[in-house]
Amino acid sequence: MEFPKGELDLREMQSLEGHNDRVWSLAWNPASGAAGVPAMLASCSGDKTARIWKQGPSGSFDCMVRSEPLLIGAVLEDAHMRTVRSCAWSPCGKLLATTSFDATTAIWEQIGSDFECISTLEGHENEVKSVSWNASGSLVATCSRDKSVWIWEMQSGKEFECVSVLQGHTQDVKMVQWHPLIDVLVSVSYDNTIKVWAEDGDDDWHCVQTIDEACSGHSSTVWALSFNESGDKMVTCSDDLTLKIWDTSGTPSESSDDAPRSWRHVYTLSGFHDRTIFSVNWSREGVIASGAADDAICLFVESKEKMDEPFYSLVMKKEKAHAMDINSVQWNPKNPRILASASDDGTIKIWELAEISG
Amino acid sequence: MVTGLINANPVVYERKERHLRSSPVVIDEYAVEPIDQLEIFEHVRDIKDPEHPYSLEELKVVTEDSIELDDQQSYVRVTFTPTVEHCSMATVIGLCLRVKLMRSLPSRYKVDIRVAPGTHATEAAVNKQLNDKERVAAALENPRLLEMVDECLAATYI
Repeated sequence: MEFPKGELDLREMQSLEGHNDRVWSLAWNPASGAAGVPAMLASCSGDKTARIWKQGPSGSFDCMVRSEPLLIGAVLEDAHMRTVRSCAWSPCGKLLATTSFDATTAIWEQIGSDFECISTLEGHENEVKSVSWNASGSLVATCSRDKSVWIWEMQSGKEFECVSVLQGHTQDVKMVQWHPLIDVLVSVSYDNTIKVWAEDGDDDWHCVQTIDEACSGHSSTVWALSFNESGDKMVTCSDDLTLKIWDTSGTPSESSDDAPRSWRHVYTLSGFHDRTIFSVNWSREGVIASGAADDAICLFVESKEKMDEPFYSLVMKKEKAHAMDINSVQWNPKNPRILASASDDGTIKIWELAEISG
Repeated sequence: MVTGLINANPVVYERKERHLRSSPVVIDEYAVEPIDQLEIFEHVRDIKDPEHPYSLEELKVVTEDSIELDDQQSYVRVTFTPTVEHCSMATVIGLCLRVKLMRSLPSRYKVDIRVAPGTHATEAAVNKQLNDKERVAAALENPRLLEMVDECLAATYI
């Protein structure tokens, strides 16, 4: 895929205000933003709410639904009102999952123009930090400070049943993400490792590969990961101030002479952020965006100059993109020139990637 | 809580003289006032030790010199020295320092908190935890821990 060669800039289109505390996470509705369906963005915050923003006819985003703190914990017997840490849409865009420091995951369904909490996933011992739907929308993965990763299956009637509890990380698990095409799950952790999980054909899930510092992995907390569109590459970001690119075209397995096609390190991007990198996202057009505690957003692409080995380079750095830490950067899946970012400053910004002409 | 003090007999040091700032004759309330090391120290010196009726200054857990500051870059790093090597209160002390600075400094500030090198048995683990903002955020939603922190900070707001 060819990307514009001219000089690029991120132009701020809108700043969305409404959350009363840091915004932790963002998710674009994958079924929105095309074929007459307005773009829809979910956000969640330390203010204990999730919000849904919808693009109006003028192009600007407005808050469409604001979940009350009570709703998130309403079905819990001893509802603690805590931070909503992450959110993720099902592939069909009809269901939204939100996870909370209150140890639960809530599933919301759009009914008319409203969202109703239709299910609550309970089981983790403490803070649930991330949630991800698999490609078909039948499985949901969650992870927690309790060091475990849970896989839930959606039953008929939108009931969710835990089908596996994955142990292996030695510290909190910061994020889970399914491969975009196949049922392979990746988790990243405060224990500095990346783990790859797959089913053995017998309904049992196992860790099939662990990437630690000895395998060119990270030397501190791994905060996030993202696959490229075709799923043959993955990028991770860390408190060690680097981003790492992985070749995921092979079969994940503990690397050895017998497994030359296991997932492997391709490239390390370092020296671009000077504080913890919290978020990374790979656009459909091949642009990697990163957001960090240095308040900056960086964009990277694969360079085609050296044909023999992969090489990634910075295309631009937006200093002071926000007034405080950037916790999430997400490209719009339908319009890959639109980026959303969320920050400790309580705002969400919508950016347009534009070529500087002349 | 009579039994099981981590450090039953800490050495208590004298407190430093309070510096009196001379007020400038012309006061321009819109002028940007640079933040200095002393100002940061003023914010944290009276934090009470979680175990003792003494302040962090009196126990030499923090000193003026343990504060590194770059106001231009909006950056501050506080290095504290736990009274004993196995101090299980180190994370609570670190949390108190972080919360106090979070509440006192302008939001543009980036704050790092760490234990002085070689002064704690699990130094790396304590430092990692204190600088993981997700863990800090979760800890501060724990009412018991927050109450403990607020108790240690109470004297700093007088």
